[in-house]
Amino acid sequence: MMSETILQVTGLTMDFGGIRALDTLDFEVRAGEILALIGPNGAGKTTLFNCVTGIYTPSGGDILLYQPGVRARTRLNGLKPNHVAEKGVARTFQNIRLFSKMTVLENVMVGRHCRTKAFILGAVFRDRKTRAEEQAIVEQSYALLKEVGLAAQVNELAGNLSYGAQRRLEIARALATEPFLLLLDEPAAGMNPQETIRLVQLIGKIRDQGHAILLIEHDMKLVMTLSDRIVVMDYGRKIAEGAPEEVRSNKEVIRAYLGEEG
Amino acid sequence: MDYFVELLFSGLTRGAIYALIALGYTMVYGIIGLINFAHGEIYMIGAFTSFVVATVLSIYGFPLLAIVVLAGVCAAIWSSAYGYTIEKLAYKPLRHAPRLSPLISAIGMSIFLQNYVLLAQTSDFLPFPELIPDFAFMEPYAHIVGSSDLVILVTTAVLMVALTILIKFTRIGKAMRATAQDRTMAMLVGINVDRIISVTFIIGSGLAAVGGLLVASHIGQINFYIGFLAGIKAFTAAVLGGIGSIPGAVIGSLILGLTESFATGYISSDYEDVFAFSLLVLILIFKPSGILGKAETKKV
Amino acid sequence: MFPLKDLKRSLLVSLWFALLTFPLMVIQVDPIERVVNWRWHNMFFVAMGSFVISVVSKVFFAQKEQQLARKRDAGDEVSETLFQRVLHEPRALFLLSMASLVFALAFPFLFSTYQTNVMTTALMYVVLGLGLNIVVGLAGLLDLGYVAFYAVGAYSYALLNHHFGLGFWTVLPVGGLMAAFFGILLGFPVLRLRGDYLAIVTLGFGEIIRLILENWNDFSMGPSGIANIARPGLFGLDLNLNMAILYLYYLMIALLMITVFVVNRLQDSRLGRAWVALREDEIACQAMGIDKTRTKLVAFALGAFWAGIIGVVFAAKTTFVNPASFTFLESAIILSIVVLGGMGSIVGVIFAALILILLPEYLRFLSEYRMLVFGAILVLMMVFRPEGLISNRRRIYQFKKKG
Repeated sequence: MMSETILQVTGLTMDFGGIRALDTLDFEVRAGEILALIGPNGAGKTTLFNCVTGIYTPSGGDILLYQPGVRARTRLNGLKPNHVAEKGVARTFQNIRLFSKMTVLENVMVGRHCRTKAFILGAVFRDRKTRAEEQAIVEQSYALLKEVGLAAQVNELAGNLSYGAQRRLEIARALATEPFLLLLDEPAAGMNPQETIRLVQLIGKIRDQGHAILLIEHDMKLVMTLSDRIVVMDYGRKIAEGAPEEVRSNKEVIRAYLGEEG
Repeated sequence: MDYFVELLFSGLTRGAIYALIALGYTMVYGIIGLINFAHGEIYMIGAFTSFVVATVLSIYGFPLLAIVVLAGVCAAIWSSAYGYTIEKLAYKPLRHAPRLSPLISAIGMSIFLQNYVLLAQTSDFLPFPELIPDFAFMEPYAHIVGSSDLVILVTTAVLMVALTILIKFTRIGKAMRATAQDRTMAMLVGINVDRIISVTFIIGSGLAAVGGLLVASHIGQINFYIGFLAGIKAFTAAVLGGIGSIPGAVIGSLILGLTESFATGYISSDYEDVFAFSLLVLILIFKPSGILGKAETKKV
Repeated sequence: MFPLKDLKRSLLVSLWFALLTFPLMVIQVDPIERVVNWRWHNMFFVAMGSFVISVVSKVFFAQKEQQLARKRDAGDEVSETLFQRVLHEPRALFLLSMASLVFALAFPFLFSTYQTNVMTTALMYVVLGLGLNIVVGLAGLLDLGYVAFYAVGAYSYALLNHHFGLGFWTVLPVGGLMAAFFGILLGFPVLRLRGDYLAIVTLGFGEIIRLILENWNDFSMGPSGIANIARPGLFGLDLNLNMAILYLYYLMIALLMITVFVVNRLQDSRLGRAWVALREDEIACQAMGIDKTRTKLVAFALGAFWAGIIGVVFAAKTTFVNPASFTFLESAIILSIVVLGGMGSIVGVIFAALILILLPEYLRFLSEYRMLVFGAILVLMMVFRPEGLISNRRRIYQFKKKG
């Protein structure tokens, strides 16, 4: 059974000066799946993330989002990053971008920003609605931290966490924005084997809760165990797509990897 | 027509002075990405040092040529020493701090130096001795372009050529360009980055000091506050040309000098400074990369 | 105890500074009388001073190094000063604030009118500092033209009072709103700029406002300013000068309490968290759905609002405004307060403002060196203690173990 498409990328192209980082890329993400993006360094994977999340405006092509429960599709090209987040797409960053001088809990609470409303007057007068909202933010954030295994460190500064814990905190912060599509940029980078195992469990759990996941990762074991489908990129193009076992035996993929690296 | 040519030359002269100061801003920015807010004060200290030296020498009866040369050399040496010291004290410890920290430090340094000169010397305007005589061969053109304008233009041109040669063709120039492009890489290939940064401050400060001497003798008076406005205007020129770019700083300075000269000459002189500030605000808002600068791409 | 090598270095440093400052510190010329005054004693002072400072800073750095090493070994928290620990204890903080409130209320009865007047000025700087703290400390936007909004407030009252006879209480909110409006007007185009460019643009804006006030005679009466501005009224009562000073003092106390209350609540709210997050990482913030421009604009406008309010109070207090009160140095003073106090810390800003404004007032011999010290503070704080006198600690949340 094919589930519905939630993100459709067609003919996506991104030029930086003379360099073409993405070249007429086509693929789609379906509801509830884990789609892995793999490819050698510099293949354009993070650039793709930046295009989808509104940090770059693509030079050509379309990024279409089909929100659950919303009839019309949304064109993401050129939307501001915060609007993309409001539409239900959240991400983590390859080179961790936490608010390092805020506590772990506060980091996640900031993620609740786009789903809450209190403003100047609410902040100053703290009416009942604001207090209830604030209470809910704290509780929901704490629940998310328990989920990623950081409940013991809620009051620590994010910058003082270990590398692996910071990566998990980034996931919790992204989840706080209530995304239906989660973009993870190398979540296992810098983790030790035990941490990676826990991460695999965590990502699986997030998928089971109904979030679709688009994943960039270099750890092939992780990619092969977790993903439902894989898209392989090289020089900004898609060179292969399919289930893990199909991709594993694809000649072009082997050439891109082995030809480059060994 | 004469009036137009007169304004043209006064604009070029202004531009030349701005260029001498703007180069310091742009070189430092190119290398460490810092708006060296205290640079205007280096220029002011250059003017004061040349004032002190020139006046002392003239009291002791030295000939004019010796006074000019010694005042210039002393101003350049001492300003460079100030520039070097400031970098070591206020910026070097902040190399890895958040971006705004060195800027705040620079603002503090600027205020400190202003008040240091105020306390060490005086808050009054001081009459600056006339160091550039009226040349006889300039007599027929004196109503259009003064001798000091000529000296300023020639001096600036010579210094620009010297600087270009230094940066393009010498070892230290190559190292400076490498450091500006990628500090970590430069360090990896064995360039002593700290030394290059010091050299940049020294050269920039020296040029500003010459600017200080030339302006002071052109205008005829100085006080401790002249660095603030001159600094802002030179910074405007550097941004206009594209901060980080050396030819950009010169072009930006000439444009700023000419527009100021024509605007005050043909329109009104009341809002002379408002004009420079507005220009600064407008460029930063609409084209922060300036004429010759590269636009920055954000890296995520 | 002190290594010989370091001693030698300190001697070299002092020699360097003696030579560096030689032309300006030692020589003083009178170009009219044509005499040279050689002040050799200054060279001695500079050499001694730089030697002592060099030695002290060496010791300081060595100690800091040791502390860091010890911390690395033990792995425990940075040791906080006793004072700082007291501040983080809610009950102690409450007692401390109550005590200072009682002292503040009793102040005019304990000291002379002159002292009260000085204190009012200091309180104005406290509020200005707290206002700028929203912009610089919380949201991380370096605003070097803060004084422009102060001027907008002051001139709002001066002009509205002069032309239309409007009273203090009417204009107080108007001045604040006018300043906030200017903040939004400026903020729209400039807030997307990078931090250091933003700083320079706001500086330029501040100077433009001052130059316009100086040159546009028909509007602002130019450099001579506007005089005879009405003092604040109290239910139509005619106050004598002493009473007016007293009245303004209590008004400032009330204003300060409101400001502290509001800033404290803002800090600990959805908006406050968004500000701090923006200060830490803009791109991550946007990816979390925070509207960068809007959030910054609110910080900018709120900061400007407070400057405008204090501007109105300033005009009412001095009964006279002219452009000379609104120079860049004023912005720099307020910035020094925020930097010294510790960016984002309310208590820190209050202490810093009181220290920086009252000290030169009472130590007269210092007042000449006031701006020199302010400049030095900015540099020294950045180099030695960027977190300020009192570092801002994040709020701690308690959860039950089983949750």
